[in-house]
Amino acid sequence: MSLLDIDDRLLKLVELIDFDKSPIDDIKSFSGPVDIGLIEGGCSNEENVHVLQEFRKHCKILISIGDCATMGGIPAMRNNIPLKECLDEAYINGPSVHNPGGLTPNDPDIPLLLNKVFPVHEVVKIDYHLPGCPPPADAIWEALVALLTDKPVTLPYELLKYD
Amino acid sequence: MNKATKAAVTEICSQYGNDRGNMMDILRAVQERLGGIYGETIDIIAESVSAPRVEVESTASFYSFLSGKPTGEVVIRLCNDVIDKMYRVDRVAAAFSEELGIGFGETTADGKITLEWTPCIGMCDQAPAALVNDEVMTRLSTDHARDIVASLKSGREYYKLPHELGDGNNAHKLVHSMVVNHIRRPGAVIFADFQPGAGLANALGMTPVEVIRCMKIARLRGRGGAGFPTGLKWEFTHTADGERKFVICNADEGEPGTFKDRVILTERADLLFEGMTIAGYAVGSDAGVLYLRGEYTYLRRHLERILGERREAGLLGENVRGKKGFDFDIRIQMGAGAYICGEETALISSCEGLRGDPKNRPPFPAQKGFLGEPTVVNNVETLCCAARIMEKGAAWFSQFGTKGSAGTKLLSVCGDCDRPGVYEVNFGTKLSEVLEMAEAADPAAVQVSGPSGEMVAPGDFDRAISFDDLATGGSIMVFNSKRDLLGIVAEFMDFFIDESCGYCTPCRVGNVLLKERLDKIRSGQGCPEDLDYLQALGETVKTASRCGLGQTSPNPILTTLANFRQLYEALVKPATGELLATFDLESALSEAKAIAQHD
Repeated sequence: MSLLDIDDRLLKLVELIDFDKSPIDDIKSFSGPVDIGLIEGGCSNEENVHVLQEFRKHCKILISIGDCATMGGIPAMRNNIPLKECLDEAYINGPSVHNPGGLTPNDPDIPLLLNKVFPVHEVVKIDYHLPGCPPPADAIWEALVALLTDKPVTLPYELLKYD
Repeated sequence: MNKATKAAVTEICSQYGNDRGNMMDILRAVQERLGGIYGETIDIIAESVSAPRVEVESTASFYSFLSGKPTGEVVIRLCNDVIDKMYRVDRVAAAFSEELGIGFGETTADGKITLEWTPCIGMCDQAPAALVNDEVMTRLSTDHARDIVASLKSGREYYKLPHELGDGNNAHKLVHSMVVNHIRRPGAVIFADFQPGAGLANALGMTPVEVIRCMKIARLRGRGGAGFPTGLKWEFTHTADGERKFVICNADEGEPGTFKDRVILTERADLLFEGMTIAGYAVGSDAGVLYLRGEYTYLRRHLERILGERREAGLLGENVRGKKGFDFDIRIQMGAGAYICGEETALISSCEGLRGDPKNRPPFPAQKGFLGEPTVVNNVETLCCAARIMEKGAAWFSQFGTKGSAGTKLLSVCGDCDRPGVYEVNFGTKLSEVLEMAEAADPAAVQVSGPSGEMVAPGDFDRAISFDDLATGGSIMVFNSKRDLLGIVAEFMDFFIDESCGYCTPCRVGNVLLKERLDKIRSGQGCPEDLDYLQALGETVKTASRCGLGQTSPNPILTTLANFRQLYEALVKPATGELLATFDLESALSEAKAIAQHD
């Protein structure tokens, strides 16, 4: 959603592009081939994997946006703890949990969690990474405009430093 | 800790003047006495030498021959470099393990014997080899392993282990080793006969500046691999300002597959010490240090004897050879098992009693080296050449070799050849000629200059050994067509990962990432893009690392990518479907499936 940080430039962007599957127009599945796919968030469950496969299948260029997508981010902190311990803490042992049955949710409709949270480029091929938490709006804007106008993506240092 | 142990540690410290500069000697002595350096021992050492505890601990934990936990009275260190593995050290290892009833890194229950792996100990021409404390055991078989253990268990002193003695000075009572020299081809510069004092006499008849000019006219360049002009290095040190100046000889021969210095130290130590003395005269130094790798401790008493003889003959000490005002003596500084200490600034750190961390350059050692004073650091072979140049003249020396690379070069050849050993060849000799001399029947690849050098393919075997073409510190490893070359590359990367000092990120992290991607390709899961990744990351590590280790550690991968690309290309395939070949959904879901009890 940091795409929204580009503010009124969103209107300029709309002149250059059509949205396909996105939360902005609420289209749930791809309607055809797409030029650019933006992915945020790490890959933590089997549904995420399927979404990534769909993106890879339909998009010519994939960009991972933000630290969760590029390196797992905060959710990846669970990677050092076995999954069972995480689920037990969340559903059974946590101090605020009331769960007399002692069951962990296991409905087949709930996507299963992966053993660990993956950065998306470890699951499908990613063409560009935009790091940052969140990446600066200008970085997103510059990258998109460059790709849409068929120019090399060369972000100035100021847009990629975080200290 | 009991009183006697405390007293022992205090005594060792005072024996070395309670001087933190002697930390390496103190720690080695404590290790030998107590079998480990940990806990209260560190406090006592720190207090005795008035150093912070952390300084003592960081030095003690850096070197692989110093142990942070108790080790046995006898430590067996089996060499696991790639050549030893070719000679099936794994079988010898299994025999040791079985006889002792312990794994590697473990000590027997009675606390007597510890079993460990160690990187190259400079015996690749007589592999598999092991160190039993300071004793070198070569050409090991499973029978030998069992005999050694039986002998140790029966309570015999390890140095009385049964073995045949080697040739030359190896059989001398002060060396008393089964190591064999394997001098396959003696040349005119290093292995010709030598009369102690012959070069020094000529040098002392000149001014220091004239001696330096001789080195320049002879076009002598450093033999360690980098090939810096020796005369220039001496001149920098000669003209640098300092209260004192030092000459250090780098005998930390750790590049896997290199063992030429071992043979020089055994057979031509006089020539080396003469070269150090000449260097001392040229730069205006009164003190030389021979930094001897811990693996060569078995040569120490022999070297001390030769130093003693030179002192008696007036070739060391005050007014050397009657030259008024020129005092020069040499001491031996022992290392303790760290490849990085072959890097000159790391070596200087180690001499100062610190961790073997490389220092930032500039300033270069010639300006600020050992103890902050101008210091010349030269390879063993370079100093021998210097002595010979003074004996026979610059013109005589430069008649050997090529225009850019004067003199001869010692090569230590090992691997898949019938005559492994040391060859003294003129610079300009082709690699194919070396392979012929060594009787390599089926050479499919040759690693020149050790893991940090270059893997050369048969199409390039007519390249010449010289600074302008195939520069080498001396290591030549031959691999035949049956060897798994990428497996060897992986071994080399493991070596660098182990030996990286960890100071800078490109080297500490980059080498691990390179190895992971290489493993992925070797397991058949690689895609063509992985080759570009290896190339790009390898170049980054080379460019961004702080010292020579990281600046060369990607070479096994980069040179095989260039010279043996077909091996990689045969293993990679483009990913099918959207998921990457490395991502396996089933195994990524295994824990959740078990918890939810889905199928």
